[in-house]
Amino acid sequence: MSEISTESTKKFNIDTVENAAATPGVELPWAELGLKQNEFDDVVKVLGRRPTAAELAMYSVMWSEHCSYKSSKNHLSQFGKKVTEEMKKDMLVGIGENAGVTNLGDGWAVTFKIESHNSPSMIEPYQGAATGIGGIVRDIISMGARPVAVMDPLRFGAIDHPDTARVMHGAVAGIGGYGNSLGLPNIGGEMVFDAVYQGNPLVNALAVGVMRHEDIRLANASGKGNKVVLFGARTGGDGIGGASILSSESFDDTKPSKRPAVQVGDPFAEKVLIECCLELFKGSLVEGIQDLGAAGISCATSELASNGDGGMEVELTSVLLRDPSLTPGEILMSESQERMMAVVSPANVAAFEAVMDKWAVEYSWLGEVTDTGRLIIKWDGAVIVDVDPRTVAHDGPVYDRPYARPDWQDALQADVFNGSTADAGRPTTVDELKAAVLELIASPNMCSKDWITNQYDRYVGGNTAMAFPDDAGVIRVDEETGLGVALATDANGRYTFLDPYHGAQLALAEAYRNVATSGAIPMAVSDCLNFGSPEDPDVMWQLAEAIRGLSDACMVLGIPVTGGNVSLYNQTGSTPIHPTPVVAVLGKFDDVARRTPSGWAEDGQAIYLLGTTADDMDGSEWANLRGHLGGLPPAVDLERERELGQILINASRDGMIDSAHDLSEGGLAAALVESALRFNTGARVALDEVAARDGVDTFTLLFSETQGRAIVAVPRSEEVRFNDMCTARRFPVSRIGVVDAAGGALDLQGLFSAPLEELREAHEGTLPKYFG
Amino acid sequence: MTETPLIGGAVQAPVDTRLAGARIGVVTFPGTLDDRDASRAVRLSGATAVDLWHADTVLADVDAVIIPGGFSYGDYLRAGAISRFAPLMAKIIDAANSDAKLPVLGICNGFQILTEAHLLPGSMIKNDHLKFLCRDQVLRVENNTTAWTNAYAAGQDITVVLKNQDGQYIADEKTLDALEAEGRVAFRYVGHNPNGSRRDIAGISNAAGNVVGLMPHPEHAVETGYGPAHTGTDGLGFFNSVLNTLLGDK
Repeated sequence: MSEISTESTKKFNIDTVENAAATPGVELPWAELGLKQNEFDDVVKVLGRRPTAAELAMYSVMWSEHCSYKSSKNHLSQFGKKVTEEMKKDMLVGIGENAGVTNLGDGWAVTFKIESHNSPSMIEPYQGAATGIGGIVRDIISMGARPVAVMDPLRFGAIDHPDTARVMHGAVAGIGGYGNSLGLPNIGGEMVFDAVYQGNPLVNALAVGVMRHEDIRLANASGKGNKVVLFGARTGGDGIGGASILSSESFDDTKPSKRPAVQVGDPFAEKVLIECCLELFKGSLVEGIQDLGAAGISCATSELASNGDGGMEVELTSVLLRDPSLTPGEILMSESQERMMAVVSPANVAAFEAVMDKWAVEYSWLGEVTDTGRLIIKWDGAVIVDVDPRTVAHDGPVYDRPYARPDWQDALQADVFNGSTADAGRPTTVDELKAAVLELIASPNMCSKDWITNQYDRYVGGNTAMAFPDDAGVIRVDEETGLGVALATDANGRYTFLDPYHGAQLALAEAYRNVATSGAIPMAVSDCLNFGSPEDPDVMWQLAEAIRGLSDACMVLGIPVTGGNVSLYNQTGSTPIHPTPVVAVLGKFDDVARRTPSGWAEDGQAIYLLGTTADDMDGSEWANLRGHLGGLPPAVDLERERELGQILINASRDGMIDSAHDLSEGGLAAALVESALRFNTGARVALDEVAARDGVDTFTLLFSETQGRAIVAVPRSEEVRFNDMCTARRFPVSRIGVVDAAGGALDLQGLFSAPLEELREAHEGTLPKYFG
Repeated sequence: MTETPLIGGAVQAPVDTRLAGARIGVVTFPGTLDDRDASRAVRLSGATAVDLWHADTVLADVDAVIIPGGFSYGDYLRAGAISRFAPLMAKIIDAANSDAKLPVLGICNGFQILTEAHLLPGSMIKNDHLKFLCRDQVLRVENNTTAWTNAYAAGQDITVVLKNQDGQYIADEKTLDALEAEGRVAFRYVGHNPNGSRRDIAGISNAAGNVVGLMPHPEHAVETGYGPAHTGTDGLGFFNSVLNTLLGDK
């Protein structure tokens, strides 16, 4: 280990606790650090004196919106309250830890979480997106798990806006460059283009990990005399105040560039850190562990100490630095990546060091756990922080922000698509319908995402049973038994803008449906709530409604929220993004060999449409293509979703279906084309009968986004059994076609036949056309 | 006469008990990613996988070595440039060049390390389209006489996984001509050259045929349900080939 220069410790005029007590009148830059007057006053009240510069740094980052959830906390509590005993039975660790843990059976547990890295990705797309992956993966390691896959839901501005290419290229390359270097398959995500995200792209990242029950680790520092160690990358000047300055304010052209607040990632260091941590867990060498993400050492020390049973005392000059000129406050706030903090019993110190040396990971012992109940941080022996760690980590301000239904909401909901000027010239002839299908599947949001997903490694690890473009990503957990998990993320900002309560439920319903479509049993939810400024009552209402809707829907579907993240202030000037609650659902397979792919493969299989179609054009992709956004989103029927899910899961388990694809954005038209292109296998489809049954015209049947629907391919030998099951459950089902491998076309009988090559050219041409 | 088994899937091919005696080492460097996958492929072929650590100074009595894919040392300098100096690499180079002709397979980053170690000629630079590319790739087996390709038919097309950033194979014309003349082009890309590699070369061998390197990943096409298009197992031939070699069947 390298020596810390004692020279560097001398050159600061250190603001000690003693000095703070003696000089109450000193002006402190609390406003520059993002604190409000009332919050600074609270700090003074909590401490009974003015904070030291170092304490101020800690409180400013830990009491930021990003770290403290001060605007959303009051509402988020519903996720913990609206939970039945039944929903809790598989939850091993709930909300509040780095990530929730769910029981998979056979002694296995799974942990997953989705987080935002929106603001850094706007400023510096490559590093912002890369470190988003890095951070969420460290959350998963902190639970004692081996990370096994990542996903990334992305939302960018208009596809033809000059700045979109900058953000898109950078973010995708960053996710690939970092994620591919970790050996974690990227198994899915989302890609949406909408002008509302022009100044505030959404880069969310999900990671999932697995572990044996006995390996679950929590972030707490217990046991007096246990040693506190910081290991991994050195601490540098990157990302200082990222959580407070960057993620908790709106962007504004008048302020200086925030680039220095973006962290810079080193994926190689992270990969080594993963292996190193897994070796520590294997040897049971750590008592508690915490990753360093937002708020860096401030967060790790205060959270570890407050979750433990005593206190903690650390010497800050022991921190290994990249830049020796950093002040104590900067060291406490730095968000340098690829660092972990652990609590190690004295007996394990030598073994811990041997693991570090094997992987050539740098580490430094900072201090130890005490029984004083205080977090003491020293600089060269002088006390610069002396706080109750709970006041930093947990007792931050909580705001009951005013919120009210926007006065424009009624007019928005009254502005329906049907009969609007945007609806003039609705396709009716055969030629118009074919042109409409081609336009839809080539449109920015419905086109093939291969340009993106082909830049991600989906195979590494050898356990990827399904990945994008299948409806859900599927990962095998146990190679002996085939036990595995499925994951899907979904959100529809337009639906949520039209009706935040139901829009959030629709996001959950779609993710749930996608997991069930793959054949997995949905078990748990993680959410990333991307909204505008909570100080705007309109936005606050959207957030409150979305949380209420989501928590209500979780109760009905019987799956708990186990963790997640809130990202606020996603707005440019006074214009917020569409409220975008991204919902991730995790499901379980007893044997992933039973998973159902989303494309047709076997000639002659019968194609069935499950569910009924109503006129749900408001908020649809078609209306979006015509420049219309108004009305009400499709109706939510969670009981229907549950029934559909059970049919898809049972059919998968009993071998009654060989392919299944859910209907969502783009409706039946998109689902038919995607099912055909997946394995380059066409079909003959007749829609008259089902259109007559549902009382809708052909256009509506193809483009409506009614929920609770899926198309499945059933082997001839299973048709009777499949029909009987649907009939017994009184679920609407209709045979709409036959897989036709030789035809090489999607033949909509009585309408048009589109050669697969023509469809593929339209579907796959869009992203390369814009992004090269 | 044997009994008909009740469950079709439970019937197993007669196990060649000699296979498990074959010890195939899989090297891990800091930053290696596909080491577990290579070990799984070895196990699925019936042989015994042996973990090797880059800092080891002995080869642990292995009969063959696989250098798997990844980004060793982050590939920040040049892919494979640091790894080739690992203590274990010196042992591998000696054994590959010795009379015993230790079979060595370099996959992706492993191929890059083998060229840096001068066990194979040429080098890899960034893909011509400058992006990481992951896809199912068709290869033609151009030489089925090496230690790692003898289970294939000459001219056979196989589908395996391709995933890399620096996959463009380059060498000077003289070297390329020599490789062609000596039959040392082991694999060529078919249909689509995914990275601009000279003469569509996907993999090559040394003169003796015991050292083979390629950019695509055969170890990701060994198990139904987890390979190309959910079904492909064309990569198993690599591992069967080296067992043929070790057991003297070919």
